Amino acid sequence: MLEIKNLHVSVEGKEILSGLDLTVNAGEVHAIMGPNGTGKSTLASVIAGNDAYEVTSGEIIYQGKNLLDLSIEDRAREGFFLGFQYPVEIPGVSMTNFMRTAIDEIREYRGQKPLTAGEFLKYMKEKKELVEMHAKLNNRSVNQGFSGGEKKKNEIFQMAMLEPTLSFLDETDSGLDIDALRIVAKGVTALKSDKNATVVITHYQRLLDYIVPDFVHVMYDGKIVKTGDRSLALELEEKGYDWIKEELEAKK
Amino acid sequence: MSKANEIAINLKQNLLSKIEANIKANADNEGAYLSDMRKKAMEEFDRLGFPTIKLESWRKTNLKTFLERDYNIEAINEPLNAKEADTTLMCESNKYDTDLYTQFNGQWMKGAEGVTTYENGTIVCPMSIAIIAFSELIETHLGKYATDSDNALTALNTADFSEGYFVYVPDNVEHNRSLQMVNLIDSKDGIFANMRNLVIVGKNSKLRMLHCDDSVSNNTSFINNITEISIADGAKLDFYKLQNKDNESAVISSTFVKQGANSNFASNTIILNGGLVKNDTKVILNGRGANADVIGLYLMDGHQFVDNHVHITHAVSNCTSKQLFKGIVDEFARSVFNGHTLVAKDAQQTIAYQNNNNIQLTKTSKIDTNPFLEIYADDVKCSHGATVGQLDTAALFYIKQRGICERNAKMLLMLAFVGEVIDKIELPNLRASMAELVGKRLKGELSSCDQCSITCADPDKPIQFEIDMSKV
Repeated sequence: MLEIKNLHVSVEGKEILSGLDLTVNAGEVHAIMGPNGTGKSTLASVIAGNDAYEVTSGEIIYQGKNLLDLSIEDRAREGFFLGFQYPVEIPGVSMTNFMRTAIDEIREYRGQKPLTAGEFLKYMKEKKELVEMHAKLNNRSVNQGFSGGEKKKNEIFQMAMLEPTLSFLDETDSGLDIDALRIVAKGVTALKSDKNATVVITHYQRLLDYIVPDFVHVMYDGKIVKTGDRSLALELEEKGYDWIKEELEAKK
Repeated sequence: MSKANEIAINLKQNLLSKIEANIKANADNEGAYLSDMRKKAMEEFDRLGFPTIKLESWRKTNLKTFLERDYNIEAINEPLNAKEADTTLMCESNKYDTDLYTQFNGQWMKGAEGVTTYENGTIVCPMSIAIIAFSELIETHLGKYATDSDNALTALNTADFSEGYFVYVPDNVEHNRSLQMVNLIDSKDGIFANMRNLVIVGKNSKLRMLHCDDSVSNNTSFINNITEISIADGAKLDFYKLQNKDNESAVISSTFVKQGANSNFASNTIILNGGLVKNDTKVILNGRGANADVIGLYLMDGHQFVDNHVHITHAVSNCTSKQLFKGIVDEFARSVFNGHTLVAKDAQQTIAYQNNNNIQLTKTSKIDTNPFLEIYADDVKCSHGATVGQLDTAALFYIKQRGICERNAKMLLMLAFVGEVIDKIELPNLRASMAELVGKRLKGELSSCDQCSITCADPDKPIQFEIDMSKV
């Protein structure tokens, strides 16, 4: 589904990703871990198309298409979803209007008939229940006045609404208490199918108690330096990242 | 002397000659009070001439290119040609649910050409009739509020006006029908006109008005209209102003308000389009407990120009006022905001708020904003602020990541930006249709017909009509 080859990315001349490779297949859950400042969030932003980053070399192939050729919105319409680490507050834009516009455009892109107002509201209600989003959204502005936990739940709600094929969740667990974490994880698990894939970027193993990954990657210095299964996450939790740094030093 | 300059000078001379002749001709009809006022104003205009950018209050607003055009200063007094007057308009409904009074090229349309008297005593009629039929009210109020004697355009208006609207609500009347006053220009004649309106709201009465300045064809016109408003103790006036002029039109629309104790004035000005639009709103809070909210919204593009000038005087204690103007300025357009709150020496316990927020979409557009407080009392709560910014790039990225195209992403943010002003419209039909109009305007889909008070079947058809008030 997603194939990233030798990806190099810079910001203002400073290289942040330096030769990253990653393959994700349908039905898989991946976790990307690693110390602060190693480029995890940059990777998610670059896939989404944030033009603050310059791709200097390498490629990102998504479902056979060169993702780097597509606009931000076309990447989303092709089924890529980014769960933001810091969801943006948009005063004055209601959640309903926001989601309605998004769904309309995505359906048009895919050649589907638009939903009627009734169908849309019913669909929105179903998805709210699926992700246990109890907050009244209808007249609220996007993320405005939401608590940290509500903002993250709202990301999962939007993910449920848009039914992406590939989701990157950037530190969706940060700042969540254990109950909110459980709800977020339950939502992600409920949305999982053999046709879609999820990549969670996280600092903590604890999320992975709820979202069980097929692969765990460790990022360091702008690339993936180690890949394992769930037990790698447990090992990192126990021993920290120093042993990986030492292993890398030894290889040099 | 250049040709253009010569045209401007001739314009002044022609106006002076016309005024002088009219004062003489109308001396018997109009009464000494009005004749004297006009004479004085004519001398004032002669002395001052048209305002230039050398004057502080016109520093950013240059009328030059609009004055150097060929105008017909008699055009509004010429009767409509028969063809136009005979054509009946297909008007399905009045979408704002208002009582409609339309002036078309300065002439009142059928149903509005006489005196309308409501059961509750409220009167609506053309100014030309009011100055004769209601001369006592006219003498009490006319020229008593539009008192900025250094303003040549006020002087010109007083000297020259022949038409406009007159609205009178007696004491203790809650007038439940909203009045919609439309000033529609659609003429190839190059109309230059001064129009004068007077609104009197009696003690403890309530009125809601929608004032529309419209034009539908790209023909040159210059409209200088003044609305004088008296709001007595305990009365409330909602005054919505909607302006959708074409790019060749200049409109100077000044509103002068005097408020009594515990009265309320809520003004909301929405400017969708216009070559040159200048709105002066001057309010005097003259009784304790009075409140004025003067808010507005402007959406300019191309080479359009808008100037909103708000001047609120807190003459006595315990009054409140609010100014909020929001603007989106695109392409080569220019906007000016001047907010001035004057708190007199004894006007303690004043609460005044003043704000102007702008989104500048292009580097070639220009925004001037000048919020200003002048305070002589020592126990007041006043604030002012102004911002000029661009659309939030983080929000744009977030919205686009959900599959929404750049254009619609910008639209969502722009609509959200102006929402604060639209949400304050208390007339539900008008609020809904404003939201829609603003959306269309921002998308570039607004034809001048959309906003017209007359919903005709074919928007491309030139407007030719006669209104039958019984259908409204």
